[in-house]
Amino acid sequence: MSAALRLTDLTVSYDRHPAVHHVSAEIPAAEMTAIVGPNGAGKSTLLKALLGLAPHIEGRIECSAKRIAYLPQQAEIDRSFPISVFDTVLLGRWSRFGGFGAARTADIDDAQHAIEAVGLAGFERRPIDTLSVGQFQRVLFARLLLQDADLVLLDEPFAAIDSKTVADLMAVIRRWRAEKRTVVAVLHDLDQVRRDFPNALLLARELVDSGPTQRVLSAENLLRARAMAEAWDEHADACDVPLRLSA
Amino acid sequence: MFYEYLIQPFVEFGFMRRALVASLALAVGGSAIGVFLILRRMSLMGDALAHALLPGAALGFLLGGLSLPAMSLGGFLAGIATALLSGVIARFSSMREDASFAAAYLTAMAMGVLIVSLRGSAVDLMNILFGAILAVDDMALFLVVATATLTLVGLAAIYRPLVVECFNPGFLAAIGIRGSLYHYLFLALAVLNMVAGFQALGTLMALGIVLLPAVAASFWAREVWSMTLVAAPMAFASAAIGLLVSFHAGLPSGPVIVLFASAFFVGSLLLGSRASVRMRLSRPVHLRG
Repeated sequence: MSAALRLTDLTVSYDRHPAVHHVSAEIPAAEMTAIVGPNGAGKSTLLKALLGLAPHIEGRIECSAKRIAYLPQQAEIDRSFPISVFDTVLLGRWSRFGGFGAARTADIDDAQHAIEAVGLAGFERRPIDTLSVGQFQRVLFARLLLQDADLVLLDEPFAAIDSKTVADLMAVIRRWRAEKRTVVAVLHDLDQVRRDFPNALLLARELVDSGPTQRVLSAENLLRARAMAEAWDEHADACDVPLRLSA
Repeated sequence: MFYEYLIQPFVEFGFMRRALVASLALAVGGSAIGVFLILRRMSLMGDALAHALLPGAALGFLLGGLSLPAMSLGGFLAGIATALLSGVIARFSSMREDASFAAAYLTAMAMGVLIVSLRGSAVDLMNILFGAILAVDDMALFLVVATATLTLVGLAAIYRPLVVECFNPGFLAAIGIRGSLYHYLFLALAVLNMVAGFQALGTLMALGIVLLPAVAASFWAREVWSMTLVAAPMAFASAAIGLLVSFHAGLPSGPVIVLFASAFFVGSLLLGSRASVRMRLSRPVHLRG
């Protein structure tokens, strides 16, 4: 099994405090991996680091994916902005037309199909401020579909979303897996992770465990994760764990 | 009667014709800028930016007297400096950008008034603060029209990245596009429009014709481009009506124009087709689905 992502001794810090601390792990290609951990465990930070958006990164990230698609938490998007569903979805093809080119007929057809695939046919001209949270998440999934990425990063895709929408969107995620795309999702619902995600990475600033979900989400590991996340020292000394960057 | 009140002032007086053309240009360019200012939730920052032109214009005044090129260039440089400086401060400290804008413009305002008072009289100060659209000469007209042209072409060129940077900056970042570049290009265009507006309406009210029609348009239109299309005619109408009323009633033109723009805002707030008072009160029958 080849790795889509290989993290070597990755530390990401805000204001010198590490949010992700000395994490080494592999994320398998063409597989679904869940990132799990308590609030403040560095899950979103880890995704941002993979995208190169985190402020201060030490260690190494090796990524074999050519194109990465990213679903942010909804709070990062201005949902009152006057833009239509169709235009939002079509942005997924940015890599084709860039900031200035025109969209081709094929892109427009694909956008239409993506909107239908997430169950939003008929919503094309609706402004996004008229959508519910679940409908808007479907819009963002349609945009991801259009991005045609080999690595898809999802940050809490199912927060505050009803079970019908979760089921529909999980079908989209399984389709990505069938198409040999790598999916990495930050999730909180452990039952869902056990059910749908064969692979997991348990994070509590430091790596607790990563690998097959059944092993990673053991009661013992979850307890350890909780204890680790609660330890926070305002006046911590400089970290002296040596960097293991020999490879 | 109709001719006498509405047409004759423009036929008879060159300064009225120039003022009309200047306000048309200001309306077209400025209202597009205004739409983006409110969508970026930067209305008050735009106001701060307009005030920040003052020390630059005042320095121009100190060096060149009441000369338009000197004051405009000074104002433009001061505006850009303020925008960049507060952007940099916000990025390198935990201070929010609106707070650093406020700090920058209060400083700028105080410096500006002080510089004018070093040399000018109270009349000069009034001129800079409140503008004089009836004193627009050919040079100023050229500046205003060139600004409107540059604004429309520039906004058309950066339209898509700017829209995405407004509503989903993380998306641009994730696909490796520097959204801040477009943010600063937009700010430069905004400053340019304030400079153009300040000759006509002064630093205190230049933003009136930029912002009020855009806010009014948000009660009618629900996409960025249609908001711009609605805002521009309202801006021009307030300028034209304002000019005529101030001409006949012998009132200062700047405030009258801005007040008519406010009238459009209040009217849209009450009667508009989206989220207006009318829609709130009328409770139309709900639809089937």
